[in-house]
Amino acid sequence: MLESFSGPVPLQAYLLLGASLFCIGVWGLINSRNAVRVLMSIELMLNAVNINLMAFSSFLDGDLIRGQIFAVFVITVAAAEAAVGLAILLSLYRNRVTVDMERFNLLKW
Amino acid sequence: MSISNSTELICFLVLAFVVILGSLGVVLLGNIVYSAFLLGGVFMAVAGLYLLLNASFVAAAQVLVYVGAVNVLILFAIMLVNKREDLKPIPGLQLRRFLSAGICLGLLVLMFRVVLITPWSLPGPAAIGEGATVRIGEHLFTDYLLPFELASVLLLMAMIGAIVLARRDIQTVDVGTGNEVNQSLIEKAGTPLLVDKTTT
Repeated sequence: MLESFSGPVPLQAYLLLGASLFCIGVWGLINSRNAVRVLMSIELMLNAVNINLMAFSSFLDGDLIRGQIFAVFVITVAAAEAAVGLAILLSLYRNRVTVDMERFNLLKW
Repeated sequence: MSISNSTELICFLVLAFVVILGSLGVVLLGNIVYSAFLLGGVFMAVAGLYLLLNASFVAAAQVLVYVGAVNVLILFAIMLVNKREDLKPIPGLQLRRFLSAGICLGLLVLMFRVVLITPWSLPGPAAIGEGATVRIGEHLFTDYLLPFELASVLLLMAMIGAIVLARRDIQTVDVGTGNEVNQSLIEKAGTPLLVDKTTT
């Protein structure tokens, strides 16, 4: 399983770290009641994806580092997402005077 | 094991420890301000992992964009919506937490299994190391030119959208035509548009 790696840290270690970070982010996304914390959990999940991309880029594609390009694009989209998400959050807060996710239930069936 | 190898291993273990504990703190801590600062720590640790993977440009971008922009934005949002409110207890919240933790653990086990049983075609081509920044520039202006330009358009759209969503003033007269406009559905100063009738 780990017989063919050259460096001290195998590819699998980075992938396991990314998987753990992603699952923590999913749990936080489901269970947060503060809307700001939901956005933070999304950032955690994006970072987990970035760790995976960078690990693959370094270990399997060391010549043409396409994973790094993808990570740069993910960082760009994450910045745009954070800006728009927080603007939506401010607008929601102005209308409902709360950040509790359980009370944003106007469209709930 | 040579000293450089053991140094790299120790760095990886410390950074992974910081990432996991920090992200657990982000989702579990009660005070949202602590969560925001821990999130900054997690971003810095992830930048350290990028340095271990020979990607100095992406590590610098991570520090600049995530720690410098996104984290500061989150802190500003916390400051703007900073009202101490005691959340109403919800029936079955504890059960929901345990159920979702079980589902997330199942997902984690599934991903661990995939990672560990897949025969990765290692070792790949030799890493180019410090030439990575030059290679990223070549990629961005040759075969990834269209996504690069689209990203700039996306950032412009996000900027305008954020300003439009978060601004407070109301214009009653259209700037271009001089006619009256009705923006009451977009926003009304002072009066909450969507009054929560369930609590009052």
